[in-house]
Amino acid sequence: MDFRFSEEQTMTADVVRELLADVCQPADLRRLMGEGAARDASRWAKILEMGLAGALVAEDNGGLGLSAIDFVQIAEACGYAGLPEPLVENAGVALPLLAAFSDNARVAALLKRALAGDVTVTVAHPANSFVADADTAEAVLVVRDGAVHLVETAKARIVAQPSVDPFRRLFTVEFEPSDATLVAGASEAAVPLAAALDRGALFAAAQMLGLAQRCVDLGVAYAKERQQFGKPIGSYQAVKHHLATAQVKIEFARPVLHAAAAQLEQSDLYSRARISQAKLACTDAADVAARTSIQVHGAMGYSWEVDVHFFLKRGIALTSWWGGTAFHRERVAARVFARPLGPEHTFAGEA
Amino acid sequence: MDLDYTDEQQAFRQEVRSWLEKHVPSKPLPSFDASREGFEAHRAWERVLAEGRWGMVTWPESYGGRGLDLIQWLIFEEEYYRAGAPLRVNQNGIFLLGPTLMEYGTEEQKARFLTSMASGDEIWAQAWSEPQAGSDLASVRATAVLEGDEYVLKGHKIWSSRAVFADWAFGLFRTDPASQRHKGLSLIFFPLNAPGVRVQAIPQIDGETGFAEIFLDDVRVSAFNRLGGEGEGWNICMATAGFERGLMLRSPARFQVAARKLVELYKAHEAEVEPTVRTAVLQSWMDAEAYALSIYATASRLAAGGHIGAEASTNKIFWSEMDIAMHKAALSILGARAELLRTAPEAGDIGRWLDGYFFSLAGPIYAGSNEIQRNIIAERMLGLPRA
Repeated sequence: MDFRFSEEQTMTADVVRELLADVCQPADLRRLMGEGAARDASRWAKILEMGLAGALVAEDNGGLGLSAIDFVQIAEACGYAGLPEPLVENAGVALPLLAAFSDNARVAALLKRALAGDVTVTVAHPANSFVADADTAEAVLVVRDGAVHLVETAKARIVAQPSVDPFRRLFTVEFEPSDATLVAGASEAAVPLAAALDRGALFAAAQMLGLAQRCVDLGVAYAKERQQFGKPIGSYQAVKHHLATAQVKIEFARPVLHAAAAQLEQSDLYSRARISQAKLACTDAADVAARTSIQVHGAMGYSWEVDVHFFLKRGIALTSWWGGTAFHRERVAARVFARPLGPEHTFAGEA
Repeated sequence: MDLDYTDEQQAFRQEVRSWLEKHVPSKPLPSFDASREGFEAHRAWERVLAEGRWGMVTWPESYGGRGLDLIQWLIFEEEYYRAGAPLRVNQNGIFLLGPTLMEYGTEEQKARFLTSMASGDEIWAQAWSEPQAGSDLASVRATAVLEGDEYVLKGHKIWSSRAVFADWAFGLFRTDPASQRHKGLSLIFFPLNAPGVRVQAIPQIDGETGFAEIFLDDVRVSAFNRLGGEGEGWNICMATAGFERGLMLRSPARFQVAARKLVELYKAHEAEVEPTVRTAVLQSWMDAEAYALSIYATASRLAAGGHIGAEASTNKIFWSEMDIAMHKAALSILGARAELLRTAPEAGDIGRWLDGYFFSLAGPIYAGSNEIQRNIIAERMLGLPRA
């Protein structure tokens, strides 16, 4: 029993954090927004240079063979930075799902290009109403009646569904399923699709934890500077207590997220309840932190000029992404009402 | 990150479980805050624990412990609450003063006080607050004047938990009369039966007398009873408070067992309650789990040589607010029966939820009010300026 990250895990996340601190500041986001572009090509190139595209793909398939616990802090860093590029969805969810079907020749060829960073892949999973980043992806893994199809985006009808989050690119995807597009039948696809949902929910939670901390940090920075009644507003208890309450939410979402990441590969009722608990806790933290930050900023907080709204909007987007609160609460209920409870079962799994 | 117990840890759990199965009293003991009889029954239980060397498993063997690490302590606590064993009447001693003595005490002081603390022969009360020094603890007025090798204690302490029946108290006294605020304070122990000590019980919301006022009128104690140097009392108290809020005061198992009981209560009354209660019940379970996971993370860090910091304050806010929410959920399930005393013929399965609810309302106040904790988080974790 050792509830700590390895030095290597933390170092890898630190490298990502430092890179994003360098190339993904709000000013960078605003520039991208002004250009109306999907990606910042030079930033995306730098991220790809780190070789993270295949982080969660097995070494046999040409990836790094890392686990969710190795990637979770990276996803937090992406949330903290409000990263527009699809590192989390591509490397964290789509490519490990793609790799599950690598016996298929089309999949194997695409996987090779994706691991090299030449293309990205996205997923149309039943847990989500829309498909993210379909315009920039080479192909979409689409679930139809439980079966998985691989569809080149060039051959699909893609309709943009603009999101309030300026850096989220959502689409609906239509295509004609055929033997040529089919990659895996429903029974073969069930386990990989469940794993994709687990990863998607976990890493969405991680991003929300990151953006929650960003909201608190923005609020703290402003509260130290902004003076009223001759003092920084952060010296007043009313302001302090708002921010402390948000930080408490973060502090008690984090260990749930990390336990969920460590146990993701159990793939049972217990680990799924923990992932869902993490999604709920991080959603709550992101909600409280974003609203607190806006309140602490006062009228500035309601302005386009202050950066908090980027994180507020990402939080709203991720709340329903890979399962909303009702869905995840029911996954918790399935464990709570059907399995033994109590302190001796904290780290339990199906025997 | 390795979230599996080792074979050794699992064997330890089994050892604790089988010992508790043999020794935990079959009937709940009467409250230690309501009568001398209940208090002494709990002292007797402390002696049973001590004979099995289960009193404080993290302490060195020389003081009656087993020299175990914090993960093993958590496992012990999990089994302890799972078994429904009695509450620890000496918690002020073993959880708060004990660790502090271990860090700041001389070898002679440790030998004198720790062994009798672990054995239950000396039960401790806390004597920090005063009528004018609550959240503003640094405005302590009680004085300790050194005369030869004795201190003469004078002052008025209040809200002292367990003081009605306890044997000893540890208190904060001003040893430098010219000093202000945090400076010039010292931590001094005194027997509650010493000449010049008068203890006045304060009835609580629930009618019990868990706390008291202590009047000290020229009480003479040996200078040996001062922990740390003169003037170091404030820093030592803050270290104690760190342990209190941080880790040991409320072990997660307490809330996980309460959450389990809440789920059982909900299942028994599912058809009668409104849907929002289900959400509250699930939230209670999730919060108890989150607290447990957080403490495992902290214990792992401390075991690797880390120190507890301002997260002690986040813990205290989290468990105290969770405790209230959990009891509120239970009361809403009980509905009209929530107000009944357990002696009422129609009480049925109301259990101790109402007592627990009352006690939960004290949670955001004792061990440093949650308002003070939020100040600490804001200033020490987030770096906001002091007022």
